[in-house]
Amino acid sequence: MAGLTLRDVRKAYGTVAVIHGVDLAIADGEFIVFVGPSGCGKSTLLRIIAGLEDVTGGEIAIDGHDVTRVPASDRGLAMVFQSYALYPHMTVYQNMAFALENMGLARAEIDARVRRAAGMLRLSDYLERKPKALSGGQRQRVAIGRAIVRDPKIFLLDEPLSNLDAELRVATRKELAALHAEIGGTMIYVTHDQVEAMTMADRIVVLRGGRIEQVGTPLDLYNRPDNLFVAGFIGSPRMNLLPVQVVSPGLVRVGEAGEPIKVATGPLATGASATLGVRPEHITLADGAADLTTTIDIVEQLGGDTYFYASAPGLPQITVRQNGQALRGRGETLPVRFEPAHLHLFDAEGAAVRPGV
Amino acid sequence: MKPIQLLRARRRNGHWHWTDIAAYAYLGLGVVLMFGPVMWLVLSSFKTQASLLEFPPSLLPLSQQEVRVEGFPQPLPLFAATLDNGERRELAQIRRIGLIAQMVDPADPKRQYRVPTARLAPVRHLSFVTSNYTEPLQKFAFTRYLWNSVFVTTIATLITLLINSMAAYALSIYEFRGKTIAMLMVIGTLMIPITIILVPVYLVITKLGLVNSLWAVILPGAATPTGVFLLRQYMLTLPRDLIEAARMDKASEWQIYWRIVMPLAAPALAVLAIFSIMWRWNEFLWPLAVLTRSESFTLQIGLNAFQGELQTQWNYLLAMTVVSLVPVALVFVFLQRFIATGIANTGMK
Amino acid sequence: MIDLPDGIGLQAVPTASRLARLRRSGATILGAVLRLIDRPMGLLQRLIGERRMVYVFLLPNLAFFSLFVFVPLAIDLAYSLTGGESLFPSQRPYVGTEQYAYLFDCGSFFDPASCRVDHFWRGVANTMRFTVFQLVSMVTFSLVTALVLNMRIRGRGFFRAVYFFPVLLSPVVVALVWKWILQRDGLLNAGLTMIGGQKILFFVDPGWAMFWSVFVSVWAHMGFYTLILLAGLQAIPADLYEAAQMDATPRWRVLVRITLPLLWPNLIVVIVLAMIRGVQTFDEVFVLTGGGPGTATLMIVQYIYETAFASQVQNFGLAAAASIVLGVVLFLLTLAQLSRTRSAS
Repeated sequence: MAGLTLRDVRKAYGTVAVIHGVDLAIADGEFIVFVGPSGCGKSTLLRIIAGLEDVTGGEIAIDGHDVTRVPASDRGLAMVFQSYALYPHMTVYQNMAFALENMGLARAEIDARVRRAAGMLRLSDYLERKPKALSGGQRQRVAIGRAIVRDPKIFLLDEPLSNLDAELRVATRKELAALHAEIGGTMIYVTHDQVEAMTMADRIVVLRGGRIEQVGTPLDLYNRPDNLFVAGFIGSPRMNLLPVQVVSPGLVRVGEAGEPIKVATGPLATGASATLGVRPEHITLADGAADLTTTIDIVEQLGGDTYFYASAPGLPQITVRQNGQALRGRGETLPVRFEPAHLHLFDAEGAAVRPGV
Repeated sequence: MKPIQLLRARRRNGHWHWTDIAAYAYLGLGVVLMFGPVMWLVLSSFKTQASLLEFPPSLLPLSQQEVRVEGFPQPLPLFAATLDNGERRELAQIRRIGLIAQMVDPADPKRQYRVPTARLAPVRHLSFVTSNYTEPLQKFAFTRYLWNSVFVTTIATLITLLINSMAAYALSIYEFRGKTIAMLMVIGTLMIPITIILVPVYLVITKLGLVNSLWAVILPGAATPTGVFLLRQYMLTLPRDLIEAARMDKASEWQIYWRIVMPLAAPALAVLAIFSIMWRWNEFLWPLAVLTRSESFTLQIGLNAFQGELQTQWNYLLAMTVVSLVPVALVFVFLQRFIATGIANTGMK
Repeated sequence: MIDLPDGIGLQAVPTASRLARLRRSGATILGAVLRLIDRPMGLLQRLIGERRMVYVFLLPNLAFFSLFVFVPLAIDLAYSLTGGESLFPSQRPYVGTEQYAYLFDCGSFFDPASCRVDHFWRGVANTMRFTVFQLVSMVTFSLVTALVLNMRIRGRGFFRAVYFFPVLLSPVVVALVWKWILQRDGLLNAGLTMIGGQKILFFVDPGWAMFWSVFVSVWAHMGFYTLILLAGLQAIPADLYEAAQMDATPRWRVLVRITLPLLWPNLIVVIVLAMIRGVQTFDEVFVLTGGGPGTATLMIVQYIYETAFASQVQNFGLAAAASIVLGVVLFLLTLAQLSRTRSAS
């Protein structure tokens, strides 16, 4: 178990740069999730850490030791591949024992480790089977088991749940979290699914276009997104992002006709364009004075919650979340209020505007 | 020749287009023409030397019946004789003097006849002369040739599989400096048949001191460009994740090759093995050039020498040819489908 | 096995355990051998680094290629530029292009008899004749066979096997089989006399000898080309035929306008391969006719082989020069094929 430091890590294929200088420190025992849309470089970054890709620049250190030039096989890390990469010609047992044999462990030690991991992952009955004869979930557990037996310094997981069906994915997610609690290793987990990131991570690293957009605990990112991208990416359904104009310091107007809304505008000048972010659950139905009057396009009744998708002239569609079962129909007007404590304002470049900055 | 659908239509309404009849006629002729010669070889190989020289030849291996007659130490050949009075009888021939044969009735040894040979027809029965097969084993270096061929085929195939798969592994899994050059070398080799470089390869073999050694046959063809290509194409389809997973599992590059890639490439290795066995077992020109002492002959060279030396002993030659056919026939019977798809996919032989 | 009823179990258990023991000992031996290779290879990797291991994998094959293809190619060139009888290039005097001049010293290139090295030119003429005849009949018969086999024929697998099996036979066996049939008192002459004809001495008549050389070659290799064409035919989508059927296209038009154009890439492969094989022909013809009668079926490769190995004076220089000429021809043909397959894929 170990910590990991990335210092100005860069990667380019020929002239095309895919990682633009990433700095990151990961503490021992942390569960870190790299999240971002496809093509953001999260998998590349993971493979760089693994040693499967060379870096073009920068430094990777495990426990303070520079491993930038150390080949993958000598870094002491374990990886769970998206495809699981189980050796199809070996049994489950052989798959898990392979790395241990390579390490030159004694047969008894190998056996003990494999059986312990198999027990932990409920694979004891399948040790003599080949991967072909296993279900998707079992294969996934073998892939994890293959990593666990190694007792590696760091676990690397590359979208390990993406090949499972929805139900199994939720179940395995919880198992993984429990496993982390049990064995307590440092884990780096790559996913494009922000729900996985939110539910499992100690800290989330949001990546876009080969750059880190923000690093923080799930609630940090949720409550205080640094920029428009993180704001839009984290949270489901997405945060509503409405174009606004600064009317005066501390006051913005939504669209053309809306009421002025109080929000910290920081250094933004009067008349400047900005974006107001407000999560669906932070919009309430107004009894009296409304911030905005909208018309309902679509209603989604989930039983516990109700989602309204509503529109107002000149604005993108607005999502409103209500607890319980709100009985309103399509075409009705929906006056709404934004909770002042939960408003986010972003400047024209997309950076968060915070009071006192 | 025509769409499958039309044929289905034919089946449905029971019409036979003339092309269907022509097709079956063509195929029937093909069976006779393709199978016939080999069947003829096999049948002939069981004939006696005498009946091989007979004209017109009999279809089946027949040999003359012989009988033991009281008072004669040797068994006598049996003939159907037409006697002067027109009676037909089976008589044994004691001796032949000019055009007259002296015959004896096996049932009544005291009665002898003189019959013109023109009125004699040999009494024959079906018999397979297995001595054609067993005698060369003792008389000639046949077992030696057989062993040489087996040795060459086995060892050469093993070497081919090993070094070709190593090269294919390098060319399919790695990116490295000089990869293009290495690929070009392989393609270049593809274009240079042994016929072109017969003499200098002979020189190389001489320098290595291998003339008349079986290694002279084994080594020059061990690295085959076709084999490298075939294996490389297959290895390219293996998921990269497996290689990387193995690398994460602390496997050395050799272990990745030997314990991950080789087992997974087994189907392609099997195809190459079959091809290699065929090539080696049937190889002719190069062994002919480099093997000059008969104790190092392979089966094919032995057969060729044999047909040159012993024009008259067709019975042995045919039998040995059949024996040399057996492994190929076995390969064919069991692996025909495998080979066919291999050829269809790679266009090589 | 252990769960089986006693009677069976008693017998089965020892077999099973013996098998298991056998497998275990086999695994142990294999494991030991593996460890024997693994260790030094691992050590080597530590020594030279992971990256350079790729050259270790390439080395054996490329060494073989160099030793038995590239170096000989260079020596071939050296041979063709030197004279004398020695096998060792260092002991051979340099003669420049004399060997080539000698080879090409002809009154007329259309008359082998007018050449100094008339056997070579007879070989060239024979090989060309052989290649053309062989190519035409090979393509015709393999195409017809493939088309027939592509029909919905009962027992298609069997017929395919029938046409394919001679491909596996060794050239020596093929030649001996036919030699046996074609000999003076052979099966074919028996058939001829039966229908009232005369015996023909096939290997004494130059025309017949060439005919049978081509015939036997086609007989032996047709199955290979048929397979390539059959694969091409089966790759043609069935809905094209359905569309043609909907348009009431006559069968011959389907063949000419749909099947043949779509089969063209495979046909090209067949044509080029048959051409290359034709030019390289040696073994079947050599065993069948020995190049005779006289030089009627003497091929270039046989000339090279005999000039270098089987004649009284081993003339390596001349053989090498002839090889180089043959090599250039083959190179051009291969290039044609490569460029063709490139453009096809």
